[in-house]
Amino acid sequence: MIPELGHFALILALLLAVVQAAFPLAGSLSGNRPWMTMARPLAYGQLTMIAVAFLALTQAFLTSDFSVLYVAQHSNTLLPTIYKISAVWGGHEGSLLLWVLMMAAWGAAVAAFSGNLPLTVVSRVISVQGMIAIGFLLFMLLTSNPFERLFPVPAEGRDLNPLLQDPGLAIHPPMLYMGYVGFSVAFAFAVAALIGGRLDAAWARWSRPWTTVAWVFLTIGIMLGSWWAYYELGWGGWWFWDPVENASLMPWLVGTALIHSLAVTEKRAAFKSWTVLLAICAFSLSLLGTFLVRSGVLTSVHAFATDPSRGLFILLFLCVVVGGSLALYAWRAPEVSDGGRFSLLSRESALLGNNLIFVAFTVLVLFGTLAPLIYEAFNWGKISVGFPWFNKMFLALSPFLAVLIGLGPAMRWKHDEPLRLVKTLWWALALAVAVLAISALPMFNTKTLWVPVGLALAAWLLFAHIAIVRERLRNKGGLKRMGPAILADLRGSGRSFYGMVTAHVGVAMFVVGVTVLSNYQLEEDVRMSPGDSYEMAGYRFEFLGAQQAPGPNYMAQRGEFNVYRGDRQVTKLYPEKRSYMGGGMPMTEAAIDPGLFRDIYVSLGEPVGSTGDWALRLYYKPFVRWIWLGAILMALGGGLAVSDPRYRLAGAKARKPAADTAAATA
Amino acid sequence: MKARQKRLMFVGVAVVGVGIAASLALTALNSNIAYFFSPSQVQAGEHPTDAVFRVGGLVVEDTLKRQEDGLTVHFDVTDNAEIVNVSYTGILPDLFGEGQGVVAKGRIGTDGVFYADQVLAKHDESYMPPEVEDTLQTAHAKGVVETSTESMPAASMPATGQTVTQ
Repeated sequence: MIPELGHFALILALLLAVVQAAFPLAGSLSGNRPWMTMARPLAYGQLTMIAVAFLALTQAFLTSDFSVLYVAQHSNTLLPTIYKISAVWGGHEGSLLLWVLMMAAWGAAVAAFSGNLPLTVVSRVISVQGMIAIGFLLFMLLTSNPFERLFPVPAEGRDLNPLLQDPGLAIHPPMLYMGYVGFSVAFAFAVAALIGGRLDAAWARWSRPWTTVAWVFLTIGIMLGSWWAYYELGWGGWWFWDPVENASLMPWLVGTALIHSLAVTEKRAAFKSWTVLLAICAFSLSLLGTFLVRSGVLTSVHAFATDPSRGLFILLFLCVVVGGSLALYAWRAPEVSDGGRFSLLSRESALLGNNLIFVAFTVLVLFGTLAPLIYEAFNWGKISVGFPWFNKMFLALSPFLAVLIGLGPAMRWKHDEPLRLVKTLWWALALAVAVLAISALPMFNTKTLWVPVGLALAAWLLFAHIAIVRERLRNKGGLKRMGPAILADLRGSGRSFYGMVTAHVGVAMFVVGVTVLSNYQLEEDVRMSPGDSYEMAGYRFEFLGAQQAPGPNYMAQRGEFNVYRGDRQVTKLYPEKRSYMGGGMPMTEAAIDPGLFRDIYVSLGEPVGSTGDWALRLYYKPFVRWIWLGAILMALGGGLAVSDPRYRLAGAKARKPAADTAAATA
Repeated sequence: MKARQKRLMFVGVAVVGVGIAASLALTALNSNIAYFFSPSQVQAGEHPTDAVFRVGGLVVEDTLKRQEDGLTVHFDVTDNAEIVNVSYTGILPDLFGEGQGVVAKGRIGTDGVFYADQVLAKHDESYMPPEVEDTLQTAHAKGVVETSTESMPAASMPATGQTVTQ
């Protein structure tokens, strides 16, 4: 009964979405106020209906109702409760349901926190979101209904893929989807602005916090996915250039370009049509990512068992969204007036450079991901693109980007003097060059030139931003009172500035992590007998053998390791090889001793021979945590920027900020 | 006039940059792609002898042999028509198994053995790499599979949604 209720709620949500797409938009065009005021209640209604459906499916999982096909395929009575809940989005149908739930939540959030926006804008934004919701709800109801019944009812479910029975998975997809779907808000703002023909600084100011929040979620989502792959897949890598990873990276790259380009549009009213185009691209790439994951056209570790009709539907939907929005863009964008002029040496130029590099990254990733499809379409053979290609491409462009990130924030809008820049940044440059020289010394055993270059770029990023903060506080008491001055600044108008600084320092950390890890990591596949020791990177791994160890819904072989550095025992590690009862699927659970400067990573391969020998993987991963810490700093920076009182949605009863906004709008 | 010149310069720089980047990217791509060949194609000699390529199909039952000392394994891969011997040193993926679909990447030696440096197996029980599925269908269409399907029933029938294996 409850699954039917969920199904019914989805149908109602579809009907609401149709109304939501039609009436507020029509009202905003004809000036019909009652129709426009329907927008907010409709957004709340949409969220309620989809939440009901989501709860219904969750209930089916919690009660192990195997009469529901989706539950029978992705759950099992032995599954721990927490994974019964995360199993709701462990498969195709459920993850779509999570997607539309997120989408409805964003819609409701726009409805709730847009008190200071003109009603016409709000109703258009919510209408556009309704249109996207129609697409996804139709997709679910026609091709992937999570509430489909199964008869005869099986006694036991097929179990959740063991790879997914992990706390990382419980939060990775929701975060990622919040980001993906969040770009639909940026998209809706852009389309609403195109419909209204009004693209100005006010529009940029409204859509900026939404875009940044979506970007923050996507950053965290990708970071979690990378971390999860690192410890769960047992290969010890943090990025594989897998099509599905690329699918999440492309919207992130365009989204990063977008938040920077929005800054120019807000501050200088320039790049307007470009910004709109980026907003359209960011969401289109989110949809393309969905298509690639769901259609199974590419070989990927994430591929679900697929169904061609689903791929076809998303492809059609993608064409409608991209085609429609680009047609609207082509029709309206030429009317958009050109923004402020700027000289070659200006912050606008630096941000333009940023945008070009990020778009180049996106094109490269898109091309590398689609190349196998292109080759096949032209009958040139079946190919796969090796990850060295992606690495090479990113390495070629990244140094330019890093140099720009240090320069850009130091520059003034519109026009800057070279001499002033040199005065601000000379010592940061000097320190970076010093790092380059020192780390290139033979005594540091540098294998390639990339290590000094990477470290120098990171140093440049860090010191340039210290210089930029100093420059900002120059008139506020100098170096000695920098701490209190920053705090005062944070209470005032400085949050988006410090958000930017935090995020850029995160980039520096990321660069250090990638540089050190990729040049100094050690990976060994070895065969060991119980009692054997193996030396690697100054650590001695002593293998004590493997024993049977039962888990709640699996049986494990648990290995035992002592790890020594010199005579001192560093840690004991217990990697596992699990065999899950539901599907009988084997699964490697790596054991990791994490550290700020190095991870020690052991995973069990397979038993060899008859004397208790095992094939093992031993990894030494220096600075790997810096990659994720860098991403966390980027996300924190985004969060700090959004909390800037400039964006605070003060509504009608506002004090100063609202007046500020009004002045900017006018 | 001045602003226009600047804009032209920006556009010029962008076009040149994109051109250089694209040509470099395509050149680099050529040395980093690996073509896929089925066992039948390999036996027919269509594969490159001096480049890395991929071969895929099903692991033939009872052919998986691990060397007594060390980490080298040998197994046969088939498209139900022809067979390729594969040698791999290292740890096999969790879902690797006889009768399962795999894709191996590496080079072929002068002895006719395929020396893989990477072996990919599926990550979900009901998932089959598209290349392998294609390969099997091609072989099936040629009508060469009747004899061999019986020996590997599990493989030619990918698990459907409802089956409860245990």
